[in-house]
Amino acid sequence: MSPAIQLTAINKRFGAVHANRDVNLSVARGTIHGIVGENGAGKSTLMSILYGFYEADSGEIHVGGKPILIRSPADAIEAGIGMVHQHFMLVEPLTVVENVMLGAEGGVLLRRGEAKVRAELARLSRDYGLDIDVNATVEDLSVGLQQRVEILKALYRGADILILDEPTAVLTPPEADALFELLRALKEQGKTVILITHKLREIMAVTDRVSVMRRGEMVATIETAATKPPELAELMVGRRVLLRVEKSERVPGRPLLEVENMSVIDSRGVLRVANASFAVRAGEIVGIAGVSGNGQSELLEAIAGMRLPVLGTMRLDGQDVPAGEHNPHRMRQLGLLHVPEDRLRMGLVPSFQAFESAILGFTDDRKLGRGPLLDHARMIGDLAAKMEHYDVRPQAPRLKTSKFSGGNQQKMVLAREIERSPKVLLVGQPTRGVDIGAIEFIHRRLISLRDAGVGILLVSVELEEIMNLSDRILTMCGGQITGERKASEASEQDLGLLMAGVNDEAA
Amino acid sequence: MSVPIDLPRWADTVLVPAVSVVAAFLVAGLVVLGIGENPLTATRLLLQGSLGSGEGLGFTLFYMTDFIFVGLAVAVAYHAGLFNIGGEGQATLAGLGIALTVNNLSFLPGFLLAPLGILGAAAFGAAWAAVPGYLQAKRGSHIVITTIMFNWLASVLIVYLLVNVLREPQSMNPETREFPLQSHIPFMHEVFAAFGIDIPPSQLNLTLLLALAACVAVWLLIYRSRLGYAIRVVGSSPTAAIYAGISPARVIIIAMVISGALAGGLAVNELMGYQHRLLLEFTAGYGFVGIAVALMGRAHPAGIVLASLLFGILYQGGAELAFEQPAITRDMIIVIGGIIILFAGALDGLFRRLVARLLPRPALARA
Repeated sequence: MSPAIQLTAINKRFGAVHANRDVNLSVARGTIHGIVGENGAGKSTLMSILYGFYEADSGEIHVGGKPILIRSPADAIEAGIGMVHQHFMLVEPLTVVENVMLGAEGGVLLRRGEAKVRAELARLSRDYGLDIDVNATVEDLSVGLQQRVEILKALYRGADILILDEPTAVLTPPEADALFELLRALKEQGKTVILITHKLREIMAVTDRVSVMRRGEMVATIETAATKPPELAELMVGRRVLLRVEKSERVPGRPLLEVENMSVIDSRGVLRVANASFAVRAGEIVGIAGVSGNGQSELLEAIAGMRLPVLGTMRLDGQDVPAGEHNPHRMRQLGLLHVPEDRLRMGLVPSFQAFESAILGFTDDRKLGRGPLLDHARMIGDLAAKMEHYDVRPQAPRLKTSKFSGGNQQKMVLAREIERSPKVLLVGQPTRGVDIGAIEFIHRRLISLRDAGVGILLVSVELEEIMNLSDRILTMCGGQITGERKASEASEQDLGLLMAGVNDEAA
Repeated sequence: MSVPIDLPRWADTVLVPAVSVVAAFLVAGLVVLGIGENPLTATRLLLQGSLGSGEGLGFTLFYMTDFIFVGLAVAVAYHAGLFNIGGEGQATLAGLGIALTVNNLSFLPGFLLAPLGILGAAAFGAAWAAVPGYLQAKRGSHIVITTIMFNWLASVLIVYLLVNVLREPQSMNPETREFPLQSHIPFMHEVFAAFGIDIPPSQLNLTLLLALAACVAVWLLIYRSRLGYAIRVVGSSPTAAIYAGISPARVIIIAMVISGALAGGLAVNELMGYQHRLLLEFTAGYGFVGIAVALMGRAHPAGIVLASLLFGILYQGGAELAFEQPAITRDMIIVIGGIIILFAGALDGLFRRLVARLLPRPALARA
């Protein structure tokens, strides 16, 4: 029997980035096939090519043994391919029936089409055990049920092959289990499922075969039963020599930041951080490793006071931080400074002149002016000195913030926070989108800050960066702290497993 | 399509608006031509009527005073990311504030009463803007909708009060009694006369100086003060504001309060400076002109002064033009004003592209 999907020698470039390099993939009919890889490994690009969002630069696609051209999602749907996106494509104020009908209304008057949709939905629900109220408004449904509507949509359009992109990223564990049940039911009915994820636990739980991608290449395709998480982790990460920044051993001092049982929910009500407890000591860098979106950002923002934790307590240098004082303003006063993950949306104001962005968060500083007014000459002088010191180019304090490169913007944020002698420094993704020369500079700054006795909490999705800088490493997965390792004793493989939610016993 | 076009600052602030105005006048000229009049004659009459005589100039500057206040009001809100359409209503309420203050405290001497009247205007304008500001900040009610609704509320409220409560019993007109003499803001020709200089009489009064002072104050506020910094952060990047510990809700309310107080300046000029009583519809739609003025002036006080002058010329010169050439009615003037708003506001990108193409390369190179 010919495979459901056969991709041959797929290539795709975005400018200088070779996102897919001679990728081959064969997915057997009636199986659940996992695709794993780190962020940026090219999984999503590959699936976007299959679903018609991008066209490959070269390569062939066979569906059910027949070569086809997929130029748009409509072509993909025609070929029996359905996709469930990580971010749902639903019209929230409409009902389930209306959402399923969308784009397949069947004529000017809705009545006929609607009857057909209802009949078909009833059949699908019966066949797959999809228990859902078709008259409910989508915005009233839980995230797990909204995902089912997406799956129903794909099935209604006749999908034989279903692609799910990080489907569990937004789900609670019970919802994820229910999803896996559903995927197994789909498989039994002869459907083919492609599951994109970076959670090895899910791969082991539900897939028949798994393909591993790394840096745009397909490095392996294995029977799931014949592999183990450590092997997959190694394939995903690849063995590489770490470029370590010189760092001396140092005995950490007293605890500066103590977090106990902190839980955070986001604006949709999803629990993003569950019961996190840890401490950061003076002269210590604690790294939080984790796949993007596992609660690290929310944890950092909660500690900085940008969002209120629903539960938990925090102490700064031994002093309790009362909930009423837990705001960014007060945290700065207490010496907890923050280099945010997203410098363009938070750390800087892109439309401001650089010397204005350089005081963001510190406008109350009496030294910056007299009374209600700010002293521009002074602000410009301050930034000019920092630019010299941090080698920011061009050295133009009056230039618009957005005109600086990512690395230089990041240096300005770092300079602003570091030069105010923090006790505790929160650092999020310090080198994201930063050129190689600046990365080393930033790393050395952070190390020297640690040597000066500052407690640093570092969040990064770059495992290498975490291992390079940290003294101690915490891993997060699904909002929970899944493990702790001394950096000197941690291996990428080991951390990769913890990040993927496989806990110590299972490995 | 939406690639930002980088221009040198002088081109951005002076050249592009100037090109817009010239283009608007060319199109308006075509319209004048279309109704069978000579555009050159019309232009001459317009300029002569507004700038050609001392009296005309006085009226032009009087209108300019109105437009500066409402333009500043729109600009301050705009820097906080808010579109305050409610200048009309805020100025109307400011008029009520003046009337209640000066008519109830008429025993006070002028040097106290006039400033109190101005404060009354600011306070009432601010209060009328604070409610939509609060609703936006705390309840997410869109400021455009609420300020428009508050314009209607203000106009209905003022009719009710003037007809039923504040009207002089023996008067048939829906207006208050005349403000006490010592509260009147002196006319410019009176002030000059006191120094022995003779200028033609007009409605122009000392409020012009207050408007110019307000420009300086707003410039200091927005570009040099800690509060203005917070306002601009909230307007440019709400997430950065949260990161910086600035409360967007608080800043939104404060910006609206300042905006409403500035809109009150329109009432000061019209009522304390000229009409000397509270009457219906003294705002005459100038609150909406403020939006155009702020847009054209790039929400910068210097730009607002220039844009206000332009609209002052249009209003005063237009009135003269309509008088001299009956074929060109006052409505035509509104059409011309509309074309300018269209070109200066909506079609801004068009001319930015053109200017960027015409400018020599080095001027566009990154600084």
